[in-house]
Amino acid sequence: MAILDKHTVLEKNVTLLAIFAFLVVTIGGIVQIAPLFWLENTIEEVEGMRPYTPLELAGRDIYIREGCYVCHSQMIRPMRDEVERYGHYSLAAESKYDHPFQWGSKRTGPDLARVGGRYSDAWHVDHLRDPQSVVPESVMPKYGYLEDRLLAGEYIEDLLKTHRFVGVPYTDEMIENAQADFRVQSNPDEDFDGLIERYGDTVQVRNFDGAPGISEADALIAYLQMLGTLVDFSTFTPVASR
Amino acid sequence: MADKPEDRNDVGTTGHEWDGIEELNNPLPRWWVWVFYATIIWGLWYTVAYPAWPMISGATEGYMGWSTRANVAAAIEEAEVANAEINERLASVELGEITSDAELQGYARSAGEAVFNTWCVQCHGREGGGFVGYPTLSDDDWLWGGSMEDIHLTISHGIRNEEDPDARYSEMPAFGRDELLGPDEIDQAVNYVMSLSGEPQDASKVEAGSAVYADNCAACHGAAGEGDIFQGAPNLADAIWLYGGDYAALTESVNNARFGVMPGWSNRLSEAEIRAVAAYVHQLGGGE
Repeated sequence: MAILDKHTVLEKNVTLLAIFAFLVVTIGGIVQIAPLFWLENTIEEVEGMRPYTPLELAGRDIYIREGCYVCHSQMIRPMRDEVERYGHYSLAAESKYDHPFQWGSKRTGPDLARVGGRYSDAWHVDHLRDPQSVVPESVMPKYGYLEDRLLAGEYIEDLLKTHRFVGVPYTDEMIENAQADFRVQSNPDEDFDGLIERYGDTVQVRNFDGAPGISEADALIAYLQMLGTLVDFSTFTPVASR
Repeated sequence: MADKPEDRNDVGTTGHEWDGIEELNNPLPRWWVWVFYATIIWGLWYTVAYPAWPMISGATEGYMGWSTRANVAAAIEEAEVANAEINERLASVELGEITSDAELQGYARSAGEAVFNTWCVQCHGREGGGFVGYPTLSDDDWLWGGSMEDIHLTISHGIRNEEDPDARYSEMPAFGRDELLGPDEIDQAVNYVMSLSGEPQDASKVEAGSAVYADNCAACHGAAGEGDIFQGAPNLADAIWLYGGDYAALTESVNNARFGVMPGWSNRLSEAEIRAVAAYVHQLGGGE
């Protein structure tokens, strides 16, 4: 056939072959990636989602710094066994303010997508200090030093601005008050009305590590205790066809 | 199979030649070509059968109606239906009946063990062995009561769980931190408490400690240190310690108080699951 014979022209000219191969891959890429930006099921609106508070965001940075994602996923897959063990399967919207997302790809430890509220703060302190003291078979390293490292939050505004730059809807007010919000969340004796007003009443205000000062453990536990708690599944039912 | 390589005169060469070695232009094996065509056809069918082609606001759904979310919902539904009858009975009978009805108890114990090993074991340990700060559930020393009703309430609402107004709540004063007692008085009281369970103590301080205890501690922990399950005040005379019974641990408890928190589970577990795990805990050894 004449048209198939024309293919030999491509096969015998490496530059032409490279150009056409690039075109084919480009079309394939566009077809796979571009629709994600407008397909409704990839941008499902879910009630309750809010940006991370400054303290949670700082805790999230510690989570990334310590490489927690290497052993812990944050993605409950839609399978019965996972739903029974960890809770409702994760929704895309639940990680929409994650830059980068923390889905992970390996579970040496359990999934953490809904770890929030599952344990007491004291348990998290004990467990970070010495995981084997509460889970004897655990192979997790000890993170007790997080309690000794205090955070001043001097760059917290910049951190929020960076996240706004990549699309998290932090308002000017949130950025202006980042320092103050950062300080009050683990200090319930101070006035935290502004924090609640800006981020909503799902914000948990407590002295997370039970010790004075804002330590890295405070920030990390604040982050862990809010994971997966924002969407109220008693009132929200995901559309099944998605 | 395709025919054996032909004579170069029949098939020609590809035109490549290097040091006198030429490449014959044999046709591809027939079977390989047909498999190749078949995969193309299968690929086209696949995009029609399953969700694939992006449209304006969604993707084509595929004629087989496959959906991850629907599949997991169906799998969960199937498991629920299989246990629906006994779960319904478990969730509706009187709590006391669960332990007296052999069928219910057998089911609740197995189902409860699964729930316990998923949600409770991280704090309370395997088979309720407990850890320092996390109560042992396999003995008959209960902080908030060990009847089915008490265990059920504790699991449902938690302890000092600020998200649930029905949670069990009590708070011991931090006698040292808030300067309700001086260091000497605390020292005496601690020695007195240690004498209650026969821990080695400084006998010279016990008598003074007894007075401090009567004025400050007896209201909750009882005149003889017997504790009070209505306020979760631990028994101090039984040599069973949640945070340790040595001098240092007890001084820390009196100075700064302890405030153990347990989450409530009614928003994560069904009523049948809560009752099952309550029955499991009840039969671990100390159910009342």
